[in-house]
Amino acid sequence: MSEPRRPVSYYLRERFMPHLWCAGCGHGTVLNGLVRSVDELGLKKREIVMVSGIGCSARMAGYLDFHTLHTLHGRALAFATGVKLSRPELKIICPLGDGDALAIGGNHFIHAARRNIDITVLILNNRIYGMTGGQYSPLSGCGIDATTAPYSTIEDAFDPVKLAVAAGATFVARTTTFHVHQLQQILTQAIRHNGFSVVEVLSQCPTHFGRKNGGLEAVDMLKAFKQDTAPIGSKRLETAPDLTPVGVFVDEDRTEYCERYQSVIDRAQGAVADRAVAAEHAGAEPDRAVAAAGKGAVT
Amino acid sequence: MSSTTRSSRANGAAAATDRTSTGSNGSRAAGTTAATAKSRTLFVPGNEACAEGALYAGLGFFAGYPITPSSEIAEIMSRRLPERGDRFIQMEDEIASLCAIVGASLTGSKVMTATSGPGFSLMQEALGYGIMAEIPLVIVDVMRGGPSTGMPTQGSQGDINQIRWGTHGDHSIIALTASTNQALFETTVRAFNLAETYRTPVVVLYDELLGHLREKLTIPEPGELPLVERLRTGVPEGVDYHPYLIREDGRLPMSDFGGVHRYNVTGLYHDMWGFPSTDPRTVDELAHHIYDKIELRADELAQAREFYMEDAEIVFISYGSPARTARQVVHQARINGQRLGLLELETIWPFPARMVRDACRNARSTIVVEMNMGQMYYHIRNAVENPRSVFLSNRVDGRFITPKDIRRVLRIVEGQGE
Repeated sequence: MSEPRRPVSYYLRERFMPHLWCAGCGHGTVLNGLVRSVDELGLKKREIVMVSGIGCSARMAGYLDFHTLHTLHGRALAFATGVKLSRPELKIICPLGDGDALAIGGNHFIHAARRNIDITVLILNNRIYGMTGGQYSPLSGCGIDATTAPYSTIEDAFDPVKLAVAAGATFVARTTTFHVHQLQQILTQAIRHNGFSVVEVLSQCPTHFGRKNGGLEAVDMLKAFKQDTAPIGSKRLETAPDLTPVGVFVDEDRTEYCERYQSVIDRAQGAVADRAVAAEHAGAEPDRAVAAAGKGAVT
Repeated sequence: MSSTTRSSRANGAAAATDRTSTGSNGSRAAGTTAATAKSRTLFVPGNEACAEGALYAGLGFFAGYPITPSSEIAEIMSRRLPERGDRFIQMEDEIASLCAIVGASLTGSKVMTATSGPGFSLMQEALGYGIMAEIPLVIVDVMRGGPSTGMPTQGSQGDINQIRWGTHGDHSIIALTASTNQALFETTVRAFNLAETYRTPVVVLYDELLGHLREKLTIPEPGELPLVERLRTGVPEGVDYHPYLIREDGRLPMSDFGGVHRYNVTGLYHDMWGFPSTDPRTVDELAHHIYDKIELRADELAQAREFYMEDAEIVFISYGSPARTARQVVHQARINGQRLGLLELETIWPFPARMVRDACRNARSTIVVEMNMGQMYYHIRNAVENPRSVFLSNRVDGRFITPKDIRRVLRIVEGQGE
């Protein structure tokens, strides 16, 4: 890991501090890792657009000195798609919570992954809806106590990694707020990746998840992230397959969406040129000679 | 710019006046383009006229999800935008379509989506965002029968109120309509101009009948219709830019994402930096700003066409394709010596209350002609001095309103029986 070239504060909007995250929340750790990886990559602040949804994770956008778009619950990736396709040279980073990514936002998530549009998604997985007061989420899993699960949850959780891979994401990784060095390294890889990149970060919510589930404190939850995870391909994971694998699952080259769209523009403009040539031969005005060149030439 | 144009045909009792009234800021009268050397004349359906209007206005980004009867607009854009180096995307639903054009608008593009009633229902969430964050965008709603899936291939005007009141919270909106392809083209251009001027979503709405009706369209030569381009900030790099600091003239200069100014955009109540705020004064100012910037300009934004209104004893008020039928009835009646007039609304929202009140002041009766259960009728009753003089002539069966339908109501109103 290289030394930061600029202080973290360079990337922050300190005017809008203090932040609203609870003491012990893992989201600040993710913000820290993100800022360090942006610094490591040498990206300019004006080259980055952060698009977030609604929830604790979404407030990250406000505190960062990028172009920031704090949108609707679950819709961040739809807004981000518009920004990216309109200005492909910009880097798009979307911090999403459980609901943003995989409940209300699940449809946008799988379609953005399918398109392989160059957006970096951080799923800040704290297994709970924190902002609204501790209701269960599609990442809570079975047997969890939440304010809407007083008798414990009966629903299994999504595996965001498997879902992202199946939907077509070309970079997929998982890490935790305990693994701060790995977090920065993976975020650097994800942002550098040209395509749809997904990084699931297990993040602790002591206020709601911890309090409802055995009175876990932030430190207990961080320790659990250490104990219950193992690197992909490690001996430890081989001997204890119930551990949660962390690391990079997929890193694949596939032509990115905006680059493919450029080929649409090229084909469309080629067809216009063909029609103009055909029109010249037919002695007609270019834009009235569609029939001369054949309507099918466009597609 | 002249706010009123007149064209009279002196013909005795049947003297026809087609007068177009516009607010002082409005673009010129819709439907008045004359063929010139560089103009193009086409024979196209209304959806194509709308698409041509958007392209003329400088559309740079379109996102949409197919829905009858608006899909042709997306099809045209998928072909035409890349020809110009601009961008089209088919999103996963209407929710995503509106979100995507908000994102694209923030990078500096003129943006549009097109849908029908069911899709518009889904867009209500992001419409509220566009209003709150003050994003210039144009939404086309080609109305079909509802509620729910309703009648996808039949006309209706059932979305009048969902456009105005559908998204939650106090807000206002601009919605424009037209009854001919020529007027629709120019209305679409006007929609882009108003979206840029007031930094707000603008709805172009018309019914399936117009959307699929083929008629002549003359596309004016470039520069003939005025275009409003985005007002961008002159604040230099390194100087604090306030994206939501309202200028004295009520406008907010923008800065494109990717440009030198970095700022926050949110659907929360926000301060002049775009940062969330619950400060009562800040909230109160913003609530009034997004409402007043449109509602206080209702007279200025009001635009309508008037037919034989000078001495009309019975006034028809209509909009969209039913206005075509009403026009026919009024023309015919004048030949028979009946003093009938028509006010054809082209601005639906903000509701042109003063224009309606003035038009009905000297009328014995007012008959509202529309394809719904009276969605404009009730607003018109509220606007006029004598609500009991207002009657409704409507159809909700998906069929075009005929002159016979209107004459039947006219006979009842006049006490001549059915």
